[in-house]
Amino acid sequence: MLKIKVLGPGCANCKRLEQMTRREAEKLGVDADIEKVTDYGQIMGYGVMSTPGLVINEQVVAAGRIPSSQEIISWLTAIPN
Amino acid sequence: MSGENITLTPLPRPSWQLPVLVVVLGVIWLLLWRQLQNLADWLTYQVIGLLPHTRLGESVNFFIYDVPKILMLLTGMIFLVTIVRSFFSPERTRAALGGRREGVGNVMAAGLGVLTPFCSCSAVPLFIGFVESGIPLGVTFSFLIATPVVNEIALAMLFGLFGWQVAAIYLFSGLTIAIIGGLLIGRLQPERYVEEFVWQTKVGQAAGLNAYQPTWDDRIRDAGRSTKEIVGKVWLYVVIGIAIGAGIHGYVPENFLASIMGSDAWWSVPAAVILGIPLYSNAAGVIPIVYALMEKGAALGTVLAFMMSVVALSLPEILILKRVIKIRLILIFISIVAVAIIFTGYLFNLVMG
Repeated sequence: MLKIKVLGPGCANCKRLEQMTRREAEKLGVDADIEKVTDYGQIMGYGVMSTPGLVINEQVVAAGRIPSSQEIISWLTAIPN
Repeated sequence: MSGENITLTPLPRPSWQLPVLVVVLGVIWLLLWRQLQNLADWLTYQVIGLLPHTRLGESVNFFIYDVPKILMLLTGMIFLVTIVRSFFSPERTRAALGGRREGVGNVMAAGLGVLTPFCSCSAVPLFIGFVESGIPLGVTFSFLIATPVVNEIALAMLFGLFGWQVAAIYLFSGLTIAIIGGLLIGRLQPERYVEEFVWQTKVGQAAGLNAYQPTWDDRIRDAGRSTKEIVGKVWLYVVIGIAIGAGIHGYVPENFLASIMGSDAWWSVPAAVILGIPLYSNAAGVIPIVYALMEKGAALGTVLAFMMSVVALSLPEILILKRVIKIRLILIFISIVAVAIIFTGYLFNLVMG
C-alpha cells in the first residue's frame, strides 16, 4: 500500500493537489492511504518550504507546484503493488 | 523511512513544437499590439460611427483601445514572469541567503523576493525555513516585503498605461522600500516577537527535491497554465476598471482633481495609502481608474502610493503571519511599509510635481 501525504495549510492549490491525487489513485486502482498534513511543524519536517507538497512513502516527490496528472500517475505506478 | 525509491526524473520529452508555438504567438502578439490604436480608432469612428473629440467618442475609444491592450500586456507579462520564475524556488533562495550578513542580505532578499515564485499561503513555512537556516529576521522581512510590493500584475499595467519609466520607478521604489524596511525591522530586535515554536521547528532534508529539473516544455506548459489562471481571475476587474476609467476620461473636466489629488494637497498621499490597505483583489481594476484620475490632475506620487498600498498592504495576507510572529511585529511591519510608501509618494510628488 502507498502512503501518500499532501502537505499544505489548506489553500486552494493544496486542495486541488489532494483531489488530483485521489482521482488518479482511484483511476489506477492503486491501494493508497491519502492523508492531508496541515501542521506546519510536520510540513517543515519534510524540508518543504513551499506548498503544496506531495509525499509518497515518506519521499517528497513535489513541492511548491501542482504536478501534472502524468507526473502523479508516474509516481503512483513507480512502485509495484 | 520506508518504501522503495521513486524515480523522480521525468520522462524526457524533447520537442520543438511548444517553443515554436510560443515564438509564433509572440510574433502575432507584437503585430497586433502595434495596430491596436489604429484598430480602436477604426472601430470607434468608422464602424460605430462616433465623432472624434466628443465626450462619448473619447470614452468609447479609450475603452476599445485599453481593454485589449491591458489584457494582452497582462497575458504576455505573466507568461514571461512565470518562465523567469521557473528558474527560482524558495528552497534555492533560502540556500542563497544562508550566511549573508545584513545589508548585502537585505539587497539580495529584496531582489529574490521579486523573482522567487511564492504564494502567500506559503508565507509561514517560508518564514520558518528562513529563520531555521539562520537568515537574519531583517533579511527575511526584506523578502516578505518585496514579494507583494513589487507585483507583476501592477507592473504590467503600469507599463501599459503609464509607460516604462513609471513602471521602472515603481519597481525601483518597491525594492528600496523592501531593503530599508527589512533593515529597520532588523534594528528593532524582532527576535522577541517571534513565536516560540518557530525556534524549535527542525526543517528536514528534502531528499530528491532538487532533482526536479523542468524541461523547457514543462516551463512553457506551467507558464501557460498560470497565465490562463491569473488572467481568468482578473480580466473582469480590468474591464470594469477600464470602463470606469473611460467614463472619467471622457466626462470629468481637466484638472478637476488637481485640488484634492494634486501634489499641493499634502494630505492626499497618506489618505491614498490608508484607502489602499483594504482594497486588494481589485488591484487590476484600480489601476485604470487611477490612470484616468491622473489625466485629470492627480499627482504621480499620490497615484503610485495608492497603488503600492493596494497591492502590498493586504490585511488577510499579512495576518497569515500571525501564526509565527506576534501581533506587535505585524503592526510594526505594516507601519514601516505604510510610512515608506507615504514617503515614496511625497518624494515623487516633489520631484515630478
